[in-house]
Amino acid sequence: MDTHGRTLLAKIWDQHVVARLSDDTDLLHVDRHLLHDLGGSRGLIDLKSRNIPVHNPELTFATPDHAISTASGRAGTIKTGWELLAALRTETSASGIQLFDIDQPGQGIVHVIGPELGLSLPGCLIVCGDSHTCTHGGLGALAFGIGSSELTHVLATQTIIQRRPKTMRVTFDGKLPFGVTAKDLILALIGHVGAAGGTGYAVEYAGSAIRDMPIEGRLTICNLSVELGAKMGLIAPDDKTFDYIRGRPYAPKGEMWDRAVAAWRTLRSDSDAVFDREVSIDVGAIIPQITWGTSPEHVLGVDGRIPDPADITDPARRGAIEIALDYMGLTPGAPIAGTPVDWVFIGSCTNSRLSDLRAAAEVARGRKVAPGVRAWVVPGSETVKRDAVAEGLDKVFIDAGFEWREPGCSMCLAANGETVPPGQRSVSTSNRNFIGRQGPRARTHLASPAMAVAAAVSGAIADVRTMER
Amino acid sequence: MAQAFTKLTATAAPIMRTNVDTDVIISINRMIGNSARGSLGKWAFGSLRYLPDGSDNPEFILNREPYRQAEILVTGPNFGCGSSREAAVWSLQEMGIRAIIGSGFGDIFFANCFQNGILPVVLDKAIIDSLAAEIEASQGAGRLSVDLVEQTITSPSGSRHVFEIDPRRRAGLLEGLDEISLTLRRDQEIRAFQASDRDARPWIHFAGYQA
Repeated sequence: MDTHGRTLLAKIWDQHVVARLSDDTDLLHVDRHLLHDLGGSRGLIDLKSRNIPVHNPELTFATPDHAISTASGRAGTIKTGWELLAALRTETSASGIQLFDIDQPGQGIVHVIGPELGLSLPGCLIVCGDSHTCTHGGLGALAFGIGSSELTHVLATQTIIQRRPKTMRVTFDGKLPFGVTAKDLILALIGHVGAAGGTGYAVEYAGSAIRDMPIEGRLTICNLSVELGAKMGLIAPDDKTFDYIRGRPYAPKGEMWDRAVAAWRTLRSDSDAVFDREVSIDVGAIIPQITWGTSPEHVLGVDGRIPDPADITDPARRGAIEIALDYMGLTPGAPIAGTPVDWVFIGSCTNSRLSDLRAAAEVARGRKVAPGVRAWVVPGSETVKRDAVAEGLDKVFIDAGFEWREPGCSMCLAANGETVPPGQRSVSTSNRNFIGRQGPRARTHLASPAMAVAAAVSGAIADVRTMER
Repeated sequence: MAQAFTKLTATAAPIMRTNVDTDVIISINRMIGNSARGSLGKWAFGSLRYLPDGSDNPEFILNREPYRQAEILVTGPNFGCGSSREAAVWSLQEMGIRAIIGSGFGDIFFANCFQNGILPVVLDKAIIDSLAAEIEASQGAGRLSVDLVEQTITSPSGSRHVFEIDPRRRAGLLEGLDEISLTLRRDQEIRAFQASDRDARPWIHFAGYQA
């Protein structure tokens, strides 16, 4: 018998074991399977070709997000984008799977709509063919990205074969300094432990800064877990979580709600639980973050200087920094602030929720996008869009010179014809600054929504703390 | 169903960059639409392999002899991080890669390799560096051996390194098993789980409370 208390991960994991396959590998029940346009129809077609029905279509939900245009009327959607959408419509309809189609409430980035609709619940096991599925861990769900073959396996069996990961706890303690957001905390953590620091772990985020953080910030924190190498990020659900979920379309109601909340209250790591790795971060020491290179671990405080390879003795690290600097077209040793930008992108499953748009609008209000900069705001879902319009945020952005667009993944992954042109520099609220991620030879700097607006109105990377009111 | 893997002796190519992500292995624009299985091999590492005018980049290792014939990659830390796209594995498989040896891999990429009959091997970074150095010293002429039965890697000069692998995954690769069929043999267990879970967590099972 284990003499220690149990972790949140262990509690949720054990509730989902259908069969133990080996000492450390289990067949787990999948409670929610989310499909998107890029891979969803292909999995359904694979299954059809093998004459296997979808095991639980009522636990499977689909929406187009990756390949559709976010231009008004979806005008820019490329031919293959329409084909993928048509296939998703045909195959979900044939299998009895709920599809949240374009221009309907419910459509949006799959990791925005899950929490918003009440599909993602504490203690739920959620999978999706997308690495940022870890986002839903912000509600206390065990959620992770899977590949195409695994996706087909889930459609066929409503289960997933999974090796139990090691556990890591990251404790963020302290009060967020002025101008510092959830995005800055998680970028600072990735800079600290590295892009592989969480590989093989499920990461639980804890500490006073997490407890004080609104749910949408927690979703942002968990979203970037995969950028520190972890497939899963988790935050214990609390009253704030329950308040966020209550009344959402697919959330339990009435007596069922009370039963669910009683069960969810047990979902926390015991005080004597032991983690395989512990990391503590004092958030009081963090300032607004910005990436300089081609991995999210290439990150700096906005007052920092671009690294100089001449200062690095390890040849592998020096080589990696040289390649990144060359791609990014930056001068070693120069301050990162003041670097001119061509594009600003506010959106993605990381930072496209209503609170993100409010934070961005707060900085944009009464200011103008600098000449020569193109700046987009892409709400994460149809619901986010409608709520933002009801508050007049769209008008704030449009008055400031931003383009206000339809919901979707857009320039985060540039699979939809929406790209940063070659050689141009973008400050983006998205999750990856990989080579070519926002388009061939595009240069991406990751930052929070407020920092992105600061760059848009300055025409250069800028410290938002000089602009926040 | 995944191709079976037992033993392989082949040309190996070191790709020692840190954090080679799946966007670099296959651009999203190559996998979008219906350009799926069978046509992805030529697009693996596209941004490194081709110059902007579309011609081969002579600097990239897989464009040089004898590395063009490589069936094994020796890789830097955190290879295959990032997006879950299985097309990254498909593109490597279609260009002839059967095994990838490195000090650490992106978790989802690692799982995707097994789904497609590619063996990913994790060894200490010092061993990886020595393998890469031997291969480079032989200008690619020295061949690596990967033996999944014995769980060993043998370097061109003959030094042997034992590697760990999850026994289930090893068995799956050796036999090329079809996981969907295997899991469906447990369908009674799955349905029994769902029936009892419907009582324990009815809010999960929509069919349960729509009725």
